[in-house]
Amino acid sequence: MRFSGLRILKEGLTGNKGWRAHWRDPEPKAEYDAIIIGGGGHGLSTAYYLAKNHGMTNIAVLEKGYIGGGNVGRNTTIVRANYFLNGNSEFYSHSLKLWEGLEEDLNYNVMHSQRGLINLFHSDGQRDAFVRRGNAMVNQGDDAILLDREGVRKHLPYLDFDNVRFPIYGGLLHPRGGTARHDAVAWGFARGADMRGVDIIQNCEVTGIDIENGAVTGVQTSRGAIKTKKIGMTVAGRSGQVAAMAGMRLPIESHVLQAFVTEGLKPVIDHVISFGMGHFYISQSDKGGLVFGGDLDFYASYAQRGNLPMKEHVMEAGMTLMPMIGEAKVLRSWGGIMDMTPDGSPIIDKSHIDGLFLNCGWCYGGFKAVPGSGSVFSHLMATGTHHSEATGFRLDRFRTGVGIIDEEGTGSQHNLH
Amino acid sequence: MRLKCPVCGERDLREFFYVGDAVALDRPDADAGMDAWDSYVHLRDNPAGVTRDLWQHEAGCAAWIVVTRNTVTHEVKETALAGDVKRARG
Amino acid sequence: MRVSGKGLIDRSTPVRFTFDGTSYSGFMGDTVASALLANDVRLMGRSFKYHRPRGPLTAGSEEPNALVTVKRGTDAEPNVRATVQEIYEGLEVRSQNAWPSLAFDALGVNDFAAPFLSAGFYYKTFMWPRAFWERVYEPIIRRAAGLGGLSGTANDAEYEKAHAFCDVLVIGAGPTGLMAALEAGRAGADVILADEDARAGGRLLSETHLVNGQSGVDWAAGVIAELESMDNVRIMTRTTVTGAYDQGTYGALERVSGHVAAKRGTPRACFWRIVSKRSILAAGALERPVAFQNNDRPGIMTAGAVRSYVNKWGVVPGRDVVVFGNNDDAHRTAQDLHAAGVHIAALVDSRSDAHVTGDFPIFTGAQICGSGGRLGLASVTIRTQIGTEKIATECLAMSGGWNPSVHLTCHMNGRPVWRDDIASFVPRADMIPGMVTAGACNGVFSTHGALVEGQRAAKETLEALGMKMSAAGIPETEDAPYTMSPLWAVGGTGRAWLDFQNDVTVKDIKQAAKENFRSVEHMKRYTTQGMATDQGKNSNVGALAILADVTGRGIPETGTTTFRPPYTPVPIAAMGAGAQGKGFAPERLTTSHEGTLKRNAPMIEAGMWYRPSYFPKDAETTWRQSCDREVNMLRESVGVCDVSTLGKIDIQGPDAAAFLDFVYTNTFSTLKAGRVRYGLMLREDGTVMDDGTTARLSETHYVMTTTTAAAGSVMRHLEFVHQCLRPELDVSMISVTEQWAQFAVAGPKARDVLNAVLAHQIDNDSFPFMACGPVKVGDVDARLFRISFSGEHAYEIAVPARYGASMFETLIEQALALGGGPYGMEALNVLRIEKGFITHAEIHGRVTAFDIGMERMISAKKDCIGQTMAAREGLVGEDREQLVGLKPIGAVKQLMAGAHLFDPESPATREHSEGYVTSVGFSPTEASFLGLGFLKGGRARHGQTVKLVDHMRGIETLCEVCHPVFHDPEGGKTRG
Repeated sequence: MRFSGLRILKEGLTGNKGWRAHWRDPEPKAEYDAIIIGGGGHGLSTAYYLAKNHGMTNIAVLEKGYIGGGNVGRNTTIVRANYFLNGNSEFYSHSLKLWEGLEEDLNYNVMHSQRGLINLFHSDGQRDAFVRRGNAMVNQGDDAILLDREGVRKHLPYLDFDNVRFPIYGGLLHPRGGTARHDAVAWGFARGADMRGVDIIQNCEVTGIDIENGAVTGVQTSRGAIKTKKIGMTVAGRSGQVAAMAGMRLPIESHVLQAFVTEGLKPVIDHVISFGMGHFYISQSDKGGLVFGGDLDFYASYAQRGNLPMKEHVMEAGMTLMPMIGEAKVLRSWGGIMDMTPDGSPIIDKSHIDGLFLNCGWCYGGFKAVPGSGSVFSHLMATGTHHSEATGFRLDRFRTGVGIIDEEGTGSQHNLH
Repeated sequence: MRLKCPVCGERDLREFFYVGDAVALDRPDADAGMDAWDSYVHLRDNPAGVTRDLWQHEAGCAAWIVVTRNTVTHEVKETALAGDVKRARG
Repeated sequence: MRVSGKGLIDRSTPVRFTFDGTSYSGFMGDTVASALLANDVRLMGRSFKYHRPRGPLTAGSEEPNALVTVKRGTDAEPNVRATVQEIYEGLEVRSQNAWPSLAFDALGVNDFAAPFLSAGFYYKTFMWPRAFWERVYEPIIRRAAGLGGLSGTANDAEYEKAHAFCDVLVIGAGPTGLMAALEAGRAGADVILADEDARAGGRLLSETHLVNGQSGVDWAAGVIAELESMDNVRIMTRTTVTGAYDQGTYGALERVSGHVAAKRGTPRACFWRIVSKRSILAAGALERPVAFQNNDRPGIMTAGAVRSYVNKWGVVPGRDVVVFGNNDDAHRTAQDLHAAGVHIAALVDSRSDAHVTGDFPIFTGAQICGSGGRLGLASVTIRTQIGTEKIATECLAMSGGWNPSVHLTCHMNGRPVWRDDIASFVPRADMIPGMVTAGACNGVFSTHGALVEGQRAAKETLEALGMKMSAAGIPETEDAPYTMSPLWAVGGTGRAWLDFQNDVTVKDIKQAAKENFRSVEHMKRYTTQGMATDQGKNSNVGALAILADVTGRGIPETGTTTFRPPYTPVPIAAMGAGAQGKGFAPERLTTSHEGTLKRNAPMIEAGMWYRPSYFPKDAETTWRQSCDREVNMLRESVGVCDVSTLGKIDIQGPDAAAFLDFVYTNTFSTLKAGRVRYGLMLREDGTVMDDGTTARLSETHYVMTTTTAAAGSVMRHLEFVHQCLRPELDVSMISVTEQWAQFAVAGPKARDVLNAVLAHQIDNDSFPFMACGPVKVGDVDARLFRISFSGEHAYEIAVPARYGASMFETLIEQALALGGGPYGMEALNVLRIEKGFITHAEIHGRVTAFDIGMERMISAKKDCIGQTMAAREGLVGEDREQLVGLKPIGAVKQLMAGAHLFDPESPATREHSEGYVTSVGFSPTEASFLGLGFLKGGRARHGQTVKLVDHMRGIETLCEVCHPVFHDPEGGKTRG
């Protein structure tokens, strides 16, 4: 079924009786050409592009709970391509381009809204660093505009320009940055993959990975054994546990990142804004809630919830930067599990086990990567070679020190990225 | 979250700095080889369950503390001075 | 309509307020909702999607419909529950989400378009043409969405945060909580009793049955009086416990002054962090509505809310009332209203075996299946076995049963358990460590049961604390069994609301299931059920039951979504209290701060510190003029600069030398006492962490300096290395950054300045380059270090901080006398660039010792932090970007920090980027811009030309690659 305004009209006139399942709930088959572990954004988009770009349709996505229940459904929905280091630059640029055609491609409105993202800076040193970043973005072919203080004021007149603890020197505007409706991304990829024949199997937990003679032969699941020669692991947040099934130890520590949404409000913030002197970023959803977040809680955790100190810190940052949000009331806060790597950048690579492919370590940058990640990971799984825009995310870079992608410059303490 | 500093008693999370897995105590010898060093600096067991990690009571007595803790429930089972733990291992 | 003789309002104190510009009168003790209902105003809001007219559904904080904006301008608060906001003289209340008026709302047209706005419709359209999303569709959707509006101007209200500690936190001051607090208080425990209502008592304030022969209100008052007499008990009303966190930490919002006219100095609210050894949850229960066609008209409320309005506020929401329920509790509403003289048009019980008595029409085995009225309820339709009957009524009191308030127990991801007999979820044990649940939130609904439960909870809690309880007798009171039979939705064709605010109907849930959003989380996210401001308090269980039904599963298998903090919404200003304006971070001031301000130097932030940018002289109009003058001044005579912000760490002990050898790449054990050495520190991953000079004051005593930025992290690192890696070393360290005020005195005449202030003269022999030692300034013991960050003959002199201000003045006075003066950060930056000295602009965390040409400083004779990993191939490759100096040689003579470097023939694209510029300054000494940067293979490229491109500022120029040291590369001036 193709979605369109016309279809809505027709269904509305006939009692909305004709809508069909967005994806099937098939029983798992005994064998697939490839299996994706993890029905989150990355897993579903990998399946979609495997089917669409590489003609692999005898594949399954195995999800232990419900699809889209991980970080793709619990983030602050920001989509951007404003990285400055090789490895990241070309990949996120690639991903953003896929976002820009995603609705038509999926026939699903993921509400990708390129409303512009502004990173504020508060000192000469920060300005220099953002200039370097902006130049890297333009070098990559993406967009970046340096705003001085007055330029920021024009876009964001409600910031505290007069009394703020750390004065606003300016900002880096990324016009193509923005947001998207996070759940819809998972559902849209699921529907697209399903329509191309991919089996999306929910409530199917992988409990073991079968390996013979250094090669993958299948998986054990809560719904029985399934044979396959190719496994793609897209379980960010739980990568350590799944990798352990294959006897691997990863350079990953799991941390909790909290996010917040307020009650609905009339439009007041039109951009995505990021504060430079304390971790705080904010945008307003189409429904009207202010969606904002900050830094990790800083301790390893799988609890999907955080504690008061970071909540307070985030809201304190909000109050110093834009005190007009004070009367917005926080409706809900939640936490996601972040696969933190030693350099803050992801891993998309083969493993030493034949047929086992790794896609993990997204830290807290995974949402915007969803289309790009599926595109390049499906390429790796289908062809055995790295996609041209994702050659930098090698697993061995930590060991060798070659091609470390440390945007924060904080080094191998996992939680500092 | 509250942690018991062995020196100062139970204190709020905001007084502490976290560094990661207590594997940090087990620094290899300079000539231990790259497997050992890669494992020490990068690789993590990262358990969903009981773990031991290192915290500093930075806004208090500056003691580094080994905390035995559950990463799923956030239950704190035990805390000990890192120096004592290290010395006990010899 | 007001009912005489009922309610806890103070009828001797009338209060006037306005709603949408019209003035109304209520009484002290009224909420906006009760006062408006007393004035026969039922329409108080519009729903989110269809803009349906709405009145209050509840009488509490769970209210989904009656959301209003109070006050105006910078003081305005949107999305305030009319059911919670107490009125005070002059309070201004406005409706929201309606235009042009509440009674006539243009977007009410959405209601007619409802067939096209079914669950998730927006995922299926608005995709073409592509550019229309940001330009057309989204702006329209955004404007239509949202509830109230922010003022758009800085928050004017005051907020506070506070900490509290107790043995027992009792959450909820209804009968359960009062009993628990009383027992815990009598046993001597430190108790905090918190309740979100303005007055303790809970449901006792809304019911008419007796407790110990007294009214429930009087019994509660007696208990409260006793609690108030105890020093160990603190009663916090208007205080909502909003979240449960680890190790007995709770968040709570106290609405301090929202119920009275604003007064300077009194916060609007206070956010509490309450740390308790144990807690008792006595949060009560919330009544759920029944879904039937058009069950959302103003005048349709929960039965318990109607009871509250009549018993607590002396208000009845209509001239006649129909009561509809599936449980015995609903009967009370009819009885209480009847006793108060209100006309009961009908009591409808869906159970055919219900036992009901009363002097009003009674229908058993019947249901309400529809309603009529435009802006308020006018009639309901009753469906019995024999047909339907329309009854005129202005108020319908409905009860689908009660949901225990389990929300806080779920804040740590615990899942409550389903109980068939009450068709509700109740908490499991230990969902929150240390918490005992009791009373209605535990599924025990009678008042007697609540008191027993309160006592039990207190007993368990006190035992866990090692305290003894002397059990009081349980007062005699109502102990009716709670019997009910589930009724989620009355069949029919129209729309029946589940989530009132978000306009989610039974049909939406069914459609979602059909589209395979069958997981409860999918259903929630697809339909938005449970995502309104009530967080699903009114709709979750009903929606879940419908979903379970259409998917053929039981409710327990269908599962629940998770309740997340906060229990009720918390203003950002409350949790972020104290940070507005300058409060976000401490302001660290040097001892020379006053003296610097006195000289009109603009201050800039350096981390949390403030440092002078430059010291302007009269004729100077730009910072560059001042900066150039200060650079020249220093190179020609002498300059003085406060460098106290650099980290200073005092390191002492027999093993101090061995310790430093381990944390620095180079060797400090060989440093002689009385000498200073530059040190480089790596992270364990082999990347540069920080640099600085360390002075050896004696065999066992060193003073390390760090950069300003890394002072904290280096201190932490040193403690880590000592305690965690080398505890056997006998060494101690402490930060003395704030104990010593330290000043750089630099320039050819630096020694003259010092000799003018030191008690004993120095010369080049007694105090050569890199010497250090104790000196006296007058009677004051000071420390002198001959180090230079400018390439000039220079010193740093440190005095105890209490002498800092006068030392600064003295040094400047002496410098001025020699043609010198103070200099600021701009000049300091130019001076160090001229000399090729690095800062964190260069050592930004991705740079290795190799990159900055210091790989030989990693001593091979000893192990040190980072040594092994720094030797990895990836960290020493010749193709790495290496530190270089840059000089403009093209037509454009300007350099830009942050620009990238390219081969002159290459396009400025990522693939061709060969490096970047980290620091730039105009050097008056060299009469040119100078830059530092990193360039691939740069050390071998001195003399070559590269192209600098700054897209951000549209500057492109050619540069010569140079050695990073531009000024006095032999270092003769430093030593002279």
